[in-house]
Amino acid sequence: MKNVLNKKRVDKNSLPFFFKPSFKVSFIIITISIILLFTTFTFDAVPPILNRGIQPATFPKGLLVLIIFLTLIIYVLSFYNPWKIYKKLPHTFYITLCNLILFVVIAKTLDFFLAISVLSLFVAYFWGEKRIFYLFLVGIVFPIIVFVFFETILGLRFPPGIITNIYYN
Amino acid sequence: MENLYLMMAPLFSTKLLIVLFFGTLFGLILGVLPGLGPTTGGALILPFTMTLDPLSAIILLTSIYCAGTYGGAITAILINTPGTPAAAATCLDGYPLAQKGEAGRALGMATVSSTIGGIFSVIVLVFFAPLLAQLAYEFGQPEYFALAIFGLTMLASIGDGSPVKNLIAGSFGILISTIGKDFMTSIDRFTFGINELTEGIGFIPVVVGLFAISELLTQSTLLDQIYKRVALKAVKLPTMKDYKLTWKTILRSSGIGSFIGVLPAEGGTVASLIGYSEAKRWSKNPDEFGKGSIEGIAGAEAANNAATGGAMVPTLALGIPGSATTAVILTGLIIYGVRPGPDLFREQPEFLYGIFGAMLIANILFFIFGFFGAKLFARITLIPNKLLWPMIFALSVCGTYSLNQSLIDIWIMLFFGVVGFFMRRYGFSVVPVIIGLILGELVEGTLRQSLVIFDGNWLMFFTRPIALSFFILSFIALAFPLLKRK
Repeated sequence: MKNVLNKKRVDKNSLPFFFKPSFKVSFIIITISIILLFTTFTFDAVPPILNRGIQPATFPKGLLVLIIFLTLIIYVLSFYNPWKIYKKLPHTFYITLCNLILFVVIAKTLDFFLAISVLSLFVAYFWGEKRIFYLFLVGIVFPIIVFVFFETILGLRFPPGIITNIYYN
Repeated sequence: MENLYLMMAPLFSTKLLIVLFFGTLFGLILGVLPGLGPTTGGALILPFTMTLDPLSAIILLTSIYCAGTYGGAITAILINTPGTPAAAATCLDGYPLAQKGEAGRALGMATVSSTIGGIFSVIVLVFFAPLLAQLAYEFGQPEYFALAIFGLTMLASIGDGSPVKNLIAGSFGILISTIGKDFMTSIDRFTFGINELTEGIGFIPVVVGLFAISELLTQSTLLDQIYKRVALKAVKLPTMKDYKLTWKTILRSSGIGSFIGVLPAEGGTVASLIGYSEAKRWSKNPDEFGKGSIEGIAGAEAANNAATGGAMVPTLALGIPGSATTAVILTGLIIYGVRPGPDLFREQPEFLYGIFGAMLIANILFFIFGFFGAKLFARITLIPNKLLWPMIFALSVCGTYSLNQSLIDIWIMLFFGVVGFFMRRYGFSVVPVIIGLILGELVEGTLRQSLVIFDGNWLMFFTRPIALSFFILSFIALAFPLLKRK
């Protein structure tokens, strides 16, 4: 793992159990699995006369039970072989994540192509690129090349938006 | 003789030769760039292949696979960072040798052993894939179910991630495959009222998300990483002394790599690690390993490239991916409407032998490119991540959108990007998710059809010899990682 702070084993008593990554991960997986398991009970059932083999909900139910069981195993195993300590995520990660959210917002409300351009520009900038020429290259020139390539060679029609509409009109 | 002619078909087609040329070149570039590699690259290129005919498209993907696997060695040797996970073992001796001023010799050995390993594995592919396909004629639904289970249990022993975590990830992949309308009854499952989900979740958004977008997020945490690049004058062919020292290692690793490759879900990463450790075990100078042993490079590189042909055997003969990249190739085959399996060998031999021939030529091409262009390819690593990854994002988004021209695919891609990032952060490999997703429909479909055949009696699975053999192998696959630890 690249984000490992050190390879020393975690002192079991150093952190409350609910702060340990093994607990957090297992808790999230099991919680989601239980929610999905409940969802499977809402699936329509096939009338016995049409039913061939098993009901549509049976297979996902079995899988979710298996996932919960395996997750409990990794949690129990973490007592004997504690997980590594992970370095805190740097702020660039959160900025990149926010950029992805911004991409979704712009793509849904303004323009798909504009969203690509803004994300490329922002990611390059926040990752440390301050030279205007390269920002222009990554944020404007490259998305245009990609857009034209997909549009002309692959015959792709991008979703409507403020910039895309100008191109199509 | 006829098959040999079919294999050589790509040589007589200008179009296929151009595809091979660019596929190999592109594969090398992808292999050289840390974080990309043939799997992510294959997923990125897949939407572009829609303009090609199926043979050209698969040849493009397989040449990327062969060259990308080798390309990882260039970065491993020169900057001590494996370009692909399969080149991790090459770092152990490649970089120390490069630091001693012998980067050219290290790269020469990596190039030669990769080529020999690759060609060896194509020969294995040509002979074993049809045999395995013949065997598949004996398979009914219960046998396919048992085989798919065997493929999934093999996930327990793949390189990265713990066995149990890999099984969880594989189960997660199968669970994703259940989203949408049930194929037998048309009942909606996990659609949450979203109409677009009734058709299920496509492979490409998940693959691009788990590999490319999660890697984008990973790279955002590694911006302070500085690569120390060793200078390279020119790639040198190994001397007679080097050949005498390594020929047994190369042959042994080629055999190991091909065998590991044939096993479902295993791939170049496991093959190279085993190839390396076996090279060390059989070496007269085991103390040299880790300090710049030429045998170490040969052992790892021959094995990881030999796994490429091996991994294509179950992919083409049974439709069970032999590795992460072959899972992408299998996705391609499915998208183009080519159904892998015994019928493919009977009905479309020109298609199959064209692929075999293309892989053979790709191995020769990357030898030439690697030998004359490694210095140039090494310079690709100088492209800063802050410029490279935004461009990859633009390609990922457009590529994913282009398949169905649906924005939901983009949201799915981003969702799996975030999920993939956290999976990798907490030691879960993303490869089992893809393999689970691909095998999911096969597992559920064959299970349910088998139960119809058996009138609901589960015990009937154990009365079929082939199915029983796969279940026993599955048990061994599950027990092996635990026994290995003890």
